[in-house]
Amino acid sequence: MASILAVDDSASMRQMVTFTLKGAGYDVQEACDGSEALSIAKTKKFDLVLSDVNMPVMDGIELVTELRKLGEYKFVPVLMLTTESAGDKKMAGKKAGATGWIVKPFNPDQLLNTIKKVLG
Amino acid sequence: MSIDLSQFHQVFFEESFEGLDIMESSLLALDLSEVDAETINTIFRAAHSIKGGAGTFGFMQVSGFTHVVETLLDEIRGGDRVIEQDHVDLFLLCVDCLRGLMTDLQAGSEPDMAQADELKVKFEAILAGEAIATEGSNEDSVETSATTLENITNSNDDDIKGWKVEFIPCEDVLCTGNEPYRMFRELQDLAEAEGGSVEVIPHLERLPEFSKMHPEMCYLSWTILVRAGIELSDIEEIFEWVVDDCDIRYQRLADDNLSAVESHLAPEAIEDVNEEVIAEETVAEETVAEESISNADISGEQKIDQVTEKLAQVVAAKAKTESPKAVVKATNKTAENTSIRVSIDKIDGLINMVGELVITQSMLGQLGQEFDMDRVQRLQEGLGQLEQNTRELQESVMKIRMLPISFAFSRFPRLVRDLSKQLDKEVDLVMIGENTELDKTVMEKIGDPLVHLVRNSLDHGLENAEERTANGKSSNGTITLNAFHHGGNIVIEVKDDGAGLNKERIRKKAIEKGLVGEDEILSDAQIHDLIFQAGFSTAEVVSDVSGRGVGMDVVRRNIAELNGSIEVTSKAGEGSTFSIRLPLTLAILDGQLVKVGEEVYIFPLVSIVESIQLEKSMLNNITGNQFVMQLRNDYIPILCLQDIFNTGAEKKDLEGAMLVVVEGDNEKVGIVVDELLGQQQVVIKSLEQNYQKVDSISGATILGDGTVALIVDVSGLNNKPLEKNSDDQTQAA
Repeated sequence: MASILAVDDSASMRQMVTFTLKGAGYDVQEACDGSEALSIAKTKKFDLVLSDVNMPVMDGIELVTELRKLGEYKFVPVLMLTTESAGDKKMAGKKAGATGWIVKPFNPDQLLNTIKKVLG
Repeated sequence: MSIDLSQFHQVFFEESFEGLDIMESSLLALDLSEVDAETINTIFRAAHSIKGGAGTFGFMQVSGFTHVVETLLDEIRGGDRVIEQDHVDLFLLCVDCLRGLMTDLQAGSEPDMAQADELKVKFEAILAGEAIATEGSNEDSVETSATTLENITNSNDDDIKGWKVEFIPCEDVLCTGNEPYRMFRELQDLAEAEGGSVEVIPHLERLPEFSKMHPEMCYLSWTILVRAGIELSDIEEIFEWVVDDCDIRYQRLADDNLSAVESHLAPEAIEDVNEEVIAEETVAEETVAEESISNADISGEQKIDQVTEKLAQVVAAKAKTESPKAVVKATNKTAENTSIRVSIDKIDGLINMVGELVITQSMLGQLGQEFDMDRVQRLQEGLGQLEQNTRELQESVMKIRMLPISFAFSRFPRLVRDLSKQLDKEVDLVMIGENTELDKTVMEKIGDPLVHLVRNSLDHGLENAEERTANGKSSNGTITLNAFHHGGNIVIEVKDDGAGLNKERIRKKAIEKGLVGEDEILSDAQIHDLIFQAGFSTAEVVSDVSGRGVGMDVVRRNIAELNGSIEVTSKAGEGSTFSIRLPLTLAILDGQLVKVGEEVYIFPLVSIVESIQLEKSMLNNITGNQFVMQLRNDYIPILCLQDIFNTGAEKKDLEGAMLVVVEGDNEKVGIVVDELLGQQQVVIKSLEQNYQKVDSISGATILGDGTVALIVDVSGLNNKPLEKNSDDQTQAA
């Protein structure tokens, strides 16, 4: 089954996302900020990265930028979890190389549907 | 798949409370003359996470309220607005308000939104003051309603035969992880669900010469014929992530052939219809809401969320009706669950020790299997090892419950700030030893007494600025909170550099209240101690800050309940220091084991003043079987546990009996025991949990031989004897 790296500084969101994805059979690993995610990503290639935007230490936008610099992550889908329903954050994410976004608040089914589409 | 989101609520509440603490401390640390961008960012992130989590877990009231807070913070963060003192005050009020809302939600009750609504209005007023904010949100709503309007026109049209999609991706579309194949597949799924089909026609015009081709680029473009009666919005959703940097055109397919009959709104065209849209906005909202809800294959919760995506406004109205259900689902039990965060180091230490214990156990097990007397020494060594392992294990388990006292101290910067404003005094707060660790339960219970002491010091202890300067002191008063370990106890000091306790006034007051005789000679310490007497207050004016003088005795009682003590030292003109001494934990007690009849009782070691053998000359009979003993200058009542607990054990002659003098609530009492057994650490088991509450017993423990021993509640005993004995007397009479 596909592997997913879930990045969020909020423990409850992380738990919810992990629980949902694991329940659907995905192999999930958690990171609580961009820099932790980046160092995990360097050790193992994930099929999808799911990242919050606003995080301490390294935010989601910076994470995508850094990921895209890694050869292995050039084409890996990276989805941003964002509360900003429109505007600059989404664009900044796209510019940095994010594949797309999931708008918060979302429920587990919406999350799974989007991920299913991306991973096939 | 449906997942019960309530299982994440507890974690959400915990992190929200943490976030609120962070917001509060960051706001307090904010220096308005030189605003630190990272501090603002931290505050913003905390608010942002609370909003996101609240939305996800169905607490729409909280997320709606946090939204306005976040918006203002975002403007400040983005440099669109300069933060002012008023903003800080307002944010602090929001922190309090959110804390209240969260507490209500955690308890499973409906939160009171009155204060939140009031604050929200204030925020909206601030936000409306600046055009940037309103403009931004208008744009959003227009954009969403533009799409929704389209939905309506489409859904009213029943005759959709299909769509022709021209898809010319930007060359680096693959580098964002967007795979065109995925979109075709989605289109196909969508069409097949409606019984239709999809035809993908690739175009190679953009393909360069082979030598110029870059392997990571996408040079193809496609025409996709979707032959199915699906909504344009559904197709648009598939291309949602690439629409901004790819060229996508939609055309509607005609009835019988593939030619397009009607050109439809390209994304750019939407802006042109904005004005009409606004006019029809309200109609659009209602219809869309209905439409999404009637969608049969999605669950109830999802409906709301789907609408959220499109229309924030509809949700705002909906939330009021939806939220009560969410709250009911949360159930009440979450409120009782408390958890504790433990550092990995502590857990590792624990695992390590359990490992050692297992080794010792297997060593002893082996020894036991083939034991002969030659190996006694090894057995003893093994048992010694076991004892050490057990003790270490106990220590590290106890450490798990230990938290740094900063958890209790963290509320004081805010409290001191608010109070000093209210009282118009300038106060510096110094906190020392914030990393000193203390049992979680003790920590929770010491919070209120500490608040009381700090309030008291601020209100009564510190003088106002004029008085201070007149006395040659700096105009700023200082309150120091200091925590440190001292021989198995933790000591917490609340120190002020104010005027100190006024001995004369205390003495006068005490005489007035009849607490001491007029010609009684009292030491300084004794006078200071008077402020802990019930109903004692020297404040000439009752203030709403530190209450009406019912405080200090309550403080002392609360601390005594934790098996702790409090004392005060003071010097006129230099200030006062309140020292609280507490046991590190409530789970283990240093106890003195005594035997009365067949029963073994335990007295907390801290409560024991001395143990003596009664002599006839000390005894005084007051009435019936009530005796007091003269111990130096004190008269101390003598109690028999046989009477108090009605054990029916035979009472020995008082003369020559062993007496343990214990002190609780500042009262001494002598207890007759048959035998002093020994001192040991005992693990306290709650009687209330395992049996029921018993007067004068604070708990029980299990002794080495497996028997249960009761731990005597010394303060409880002091309130007990009189009524008990009067009962006896009435029976005797």
